[in-house]
Amino acid sequence: MTMASSSWSTWLREPNPASRLQSRLVQAWLSWLRFRRNPLAMIGLAISVALVLMSIFAPLLAPYDPIAQALGNRLLPPGTPGHWMGTDDFGRDIWSRILFGSRITLYIVLLVILTAPVVGLIIGTVAGYFGGWIDQVLMRITDIFLAFPKLILALALVAVLGPGMVNAVLAIALTSWPPYARVARAETLTVRNSDYIAAVKLQGAGAMRVILGHVMPMCLPSVIIRVTLDMAGVILTAAGLGFLGLGVQPPMPEWGLMISAGRKFLFEQWWVATMPGLAIFIVSLGFNLLGDGLRDVLDPRSSGR
Amino acid sequence: MTDSTLDAEPSRLNRLARQIAAMLFSLFITFIGLLAVTFIIARVVPIDPVTSILGERATSAQIEAARLKLGLDKPLIEQFGIYVNDALHGDLGTSIRTKQPVVQEIKRYFPATLELATLATIIGVLIGIPAGVLAATKPGSIMDQLVRLIGLMGYSMPVFWLGLMGLLLFYGKLGWVGGPGRLDANYDMMAQFQVTAWTGMILIDTALAGRWDMFANAISHIILPASLLGYLSMAYISRMTRSFMMNELGQEYITTARVKGMPEGRVIWVHALKNVMVPLITVIALSYAFLLEGAVLTETIFAWPGLGRYITDALLVADMPAVLGGTVVVGAVYIFINMFSDLLYRLADPRAR
Repeated sequence: MTMASSSWSTWLREPNPASRLQSRLVQAWLSWLRFRRNPLAMIGLAISVALVLMSIFAPLLAPYDPIAQALGNRLLPPGTPGHWMGTDDFGRDIWSRILFGSRITLYIVLLVILTAPVVGLIIGTVAGYFGGWIDQVLMRITDIFLAFPKLILALALVAVLGPGMVNAVLAIALTSWPPYARVARAETLTVRNSDYIAAVKLQGAGAMRVILGHVMPMCLPSVIIRVTLDMAGVILTAAGLGFLGLGVQPPMPEWGLMISAGRKFLFEQWWVATMPGLAIFIVSLGFNLLGDGLRDVLDPRSSGR
Repeated sequence: MTDSTLDAEPSRLNRLARQIAAMLFSLFITFIGLLAVTFIIARVVPIDPVTSILGERATSAQIEAARLKLGLDKPLIEQFGIYVNDALHGDLGTSIRTKQPVVQEIKRYFPATLELATLATIIGVLIGIPAGVLAATKPGSIMDQLVRLIGLMGYSMPVFWLGLMGLLLFYGKLGWVGGPGRLDANYDMMAQFQVTAWTGMILIDTALAGRWDMFANAISHIILPASLLGYLSMAYISRMTRSFMMNELGQEYITTARVKGMPEGRVIWVHALKNVMVPLITVIALSYAFLLEGAVLTETIFAWPGLGRYITDALLVADMPAVLGGTVVVGAVYIFINMFSDLLYRLADPRAR
């Protein structure tokens, strides 16, 4: 066992990699070693992993049904046996609701980070690669969207589309693509005139192939850093929409919605609004710490910022 | 600047004037784009503007008349032209809920938001800049880690929850501050008759009227929401100050100053900070614009009669002209602040001219 692990670690430290796979893994291993030295980033990673595990195993971890009402147990304080976080105004266990709520949070974050960066990436690379009037038009549109305050535009969009989770996701995605387009365009401009692109073009590759196969991969690292730093923002915006009653609808255990339900008896039963807020705060802090640490590792230019 | 210097540098002023003209043009284009987006949103809305005004029981003749009056029979591009023209002349439509011109209502609500955001920015600047400077002078120290952690916590906090927790602790449990609203209920009644609303900002108006008792009461109400928003702005400002300062302290003129034997305090707080202030102008302006947005959720919590609350209240009853009018105003202010900070930056930093 020890033999095997030590041979693995020498293979991972090999300064002269034998294959492409090995060289990539060596790079990744070195980055991981650098990442591991940052305690705050490791806390962020632990919180993010915990969130994923919570949402996968919610049915096993939750002691009660998150939606079924038990009016005999209304508004029990934290520390009550069986309800360590207390219960809400319908007698539902707050801990169980937070556990199931993590699924909604993760689902919203995943949907947004699978759409907004892709749209931004396409617009940014196309604008940067073709230049000229295409660039002008696309970047003007990007600037206009950047000029909008995000939350207000999301509010206006949800007002039009109607409340609900899918519409909230759509509104958040529509307001968060412009920064990605900016980043992707800047990266594209730096690689556009390099020799390897010229070589691919001489081999007869079309614009589509060059962009998809040779420009986009170069933009990925900066986009990924932005994604991790954006995830906390997505969670906060989604919770804000939920709080205003424009996102996920009751009786779903969405964290923002739970805070808004607890607002009615804030001064008497403080825990109903406090607990889900703590969950939001811890999870977004985790994503922020993770993103901060990743940036220090993947983008040494901005380290220390 | 006197006339002789004006003559001495005509080309530089010329260039500045041309840059301002280019900026104004770009401001105009962005504003038209903003109107285009709200126009498109207004047109895809599934709520029919005619029924929402007349109600469900209107006759078809009434509906037809209303459509003509609203210009809904014209081609879309012409409707957009009318919309832009109206907006540029200060007409953003009529609120369905109150039957009042949206611009009139926003004029009444906006000063409250402005007052809150301004006070919050002042708090953020006064704490954020020194904190960032201290963190930058000893990178890696306890102080640095603390500033970084407090900043990241600010980025991670749902602002509406922070507001509720603040109310719970400082109003509910400790009773240190006034609760929601801008004044206590009895003062609120009095204020309507005894204080002239010169500016619409309660602190300034009560001070102008010489009603210091009311002024003190207003302070006790504004201090909590302003501090919470100020914390968010501090998180951003301290982070940026730290990074600019680190950069500045590596410059050669700093080494020169130190070698000359200048006291360290003077090197940091006078020489370096002076140069850091230039990029910080942009950061402060951005955080100000960001606070106007953060005010939406905070105002709901604190029953603050500002623009954010106006928009959210209108949302709940699907009063689209009010929602979109508010969106246009906030967007326009946002664009304007960004342009203004850009201009200040150019004036303050000769290299950017």
